[in-house]
Amino acid sequence: MITQAIFRAIDRKAIWLVSILLLVAVAVPAANLIIPPGQFGHIPVYLVTLFGKYLTYAMLALALDLVWGYCGILSLGHGAFFALGGYAMGMYLMRQVGDRGVYANPDLPDFMVFLNWQELPWYWLGFDNFWFACAMVMLVPGTLAFIFGFLAFRSRVTGVYLSIMTQAMTYALLLAFFRNDMGFGGNNGLTDFKEILGASVQADTTRAALFAATAVGLAISVLICSTIVNSKLGKVMIAVRDAESRTRFLGYRVEYVKLFAFTVSAVIAGVAGALYVPQIGIINPGEFAPANSIEVVIWTAVGGRGTIIGPIIGAVLVNVGKSYFTGAFPEIWLFALGALFVVTTLFLPKGIVGLIGQYRTMTTRREQHQRPEPTEHKPASDVQPKPAE
Amino acid sequence: MTEKIDTMLYLDGVSVAFDGFKAINKLSIIVHPAEMLAIIGPNGAGKTTMMDIITGKTRPDDGEILFNGRTDLTQLDEAAIANLGIGRKFQKPTVFESQTIWDNLEMALRKPRGIFATLFYASDQADVDHITEILETVRLLSRKDDLAADLSHGQKQWLEIGMLLAQDPKLLLVDEPVAGMTDAETVETAKLLKQIAKTRSVVVVEHDMSFVRDLDSRVTCLAEGSVLAEGSLEQVSANPHVIERYLGR
Repeated sequence: MITQAIFRAIDRKAIWLVSILLLVAVAVPAANLIIPPGQFGHIPVYLVTLFGKYLTYAMLALALDLVWGYCGILSLGHGAFFALGGYAMGMYLMRQVGDRGVYANPDLPDFMVFLNWQELPWYWLGFDNFWFACAMVMLVPGTLAFIFGFLAFRSRVTGVYLSIMTQAMTYALLLAFFRNDMGFGGNNGLTDFKEILGASVQADTTRAALFAATAVGLAISVLICSTIVNSKLGKVMIAVRDAESRTRFLGYRVEYVKLFAFTVSAVIAGVAGALYVPQIGIINPGEFAPANSIEVVIWTAVGGRGTIIGPIIGAVLVNVGKSYFTGAFPEIWLFALGALFVVTTLFLPKGIVGLIGQYRTMTTRREQHQRPEPTEHKPASDVQPKPAE
Repeated sequence: MTEKIDTMLYLDGVSVAFDGFKAINKLSIIVHPAEMLAIIGPNGAGKTTMMDIITGKTRPDDGEILFNGRTDLTQLDEAAIANLGIGRKFQKPTVFESQTIWDNLEMALRKPRGIFATLFYASDQADVDHITEILETVRLLSRKDDLAADLSHGQKQWLEIGMLLAQDPKLLLVDEPVAGMTDAETVETAKLLKQIAKTRSVVVVEHDMSFVRDLDSRVTCLAEGSVLAEGSLEQVSANPHVIERYLGR
């Protein structure tokens, strides 16, 4: 049963995408470690980390696309799940610091010593263990999404109201994590990491390994998402997006369909956050900022929602642009981002991937005109999702 | 008077008010197994509201609604009612436009509706045969891989009837099935619905009187949320109240 579902998901596009990602997972670290600096093809370590960051963003955008592009839930709070996954990984990395902190306290992280705390809060217990932390990376965002989604979807909160609620959720978490009493480092967050699984986080090999892990993580996310969207459940998700109440009259429990998509998506976002933190070296409450979550929506829209590859392309391209612009013309970046969103919304409703689809349509149309009997078949890109009645 | 237990659908004294306006007022209707009932009536008579109440979209303020003589529908939501075996076709044809005709039917097909059952669903030969058979019935077999959005208005109506068939319901609620159809299509639809009514209960709401005549079934005329007249089409259309309120002189 399960093998069948996965087998069906492995269409040509997914195979290509996964193969490319696995190739990247090997090639980029190899180009950094094996090819010596100065020689053609060498990728400096800062670029490896930068690309790694883009790939975690791509994972986050893919997670958002699963709920927005396929299920019609516009979440403006997906950054919260990303940040929670990041905090869980950050807590593990903090515990690995041991007595090498500024205060050299073997039992407590620096910020707790600074606050005069005597012992570790209960919710920090277990984070010495890497696998426990990994479980929490998925469980914490997943549980929050499950509870939030259960309450929201059961009460049939939809559309812009749901978006506002997700925005409020991430803002509430932002304020909560700013407080020192929360025990997550307050304003400064968690930083000054030393080791991950016994390897120095600064070492080139560790950075290369983290990059490879991120690329593999993205490949697995692609497989999971394409398994879901190519299944009958994926069709039901699209049905919910296009005509929610009609789906209900077919006997599907719309709230559970949404809850499933939302929870899976939050888990993927959490894992993305956990891969982000050791590469960037810090996690602070700023990651909960509503603007971050809105940026994810822009990446997804630019790349093309409702496709698997779209959000990945969007996240990477927009962030390459951001890295360039914030270096070259820092003052115009936000204007450029805003303009990008406006242009996408007005002229590219299906994003960059949709543009390729439109081009293909034009060429096939031309071919069809030359044939004696044109078929009635129209391509998918002509149909806009319709709001539910 | 028929026993409740022998009915497919039993409405007794059902009322619902929106902001004080009584859309349905002490409505009582009975549908037997394998029977067709046509419902006519002027705009605002409460025909669609009645369907909303039966399918769980609207909760009645008062009254009793039983399905299959036993199940109290007032306590259930849309999905639960659909899974009991009540299928509904909407006034405005509502199909999943961005998906193919085949996928529309596959989703409607009577199968476990749980999340994981749906996620790991794989169609077997019986399902394929069943969908093919429905496609032949509604004459969309040649267009099975086209998007539902590309169908004409009348074809969408037929696809929605096909989706109803795929759901394999015991009771079909069909709201204005022939709106936007050509005369030939209308005649075919009447034949199809009569065929369906041999084994299932069908409630049809319609304005097209020649279509209602073709259905050749029991007719109920609603006005202002309650039953104005019942009987054969001849009896109902001869009723002076019906002439005054609906048909016109």
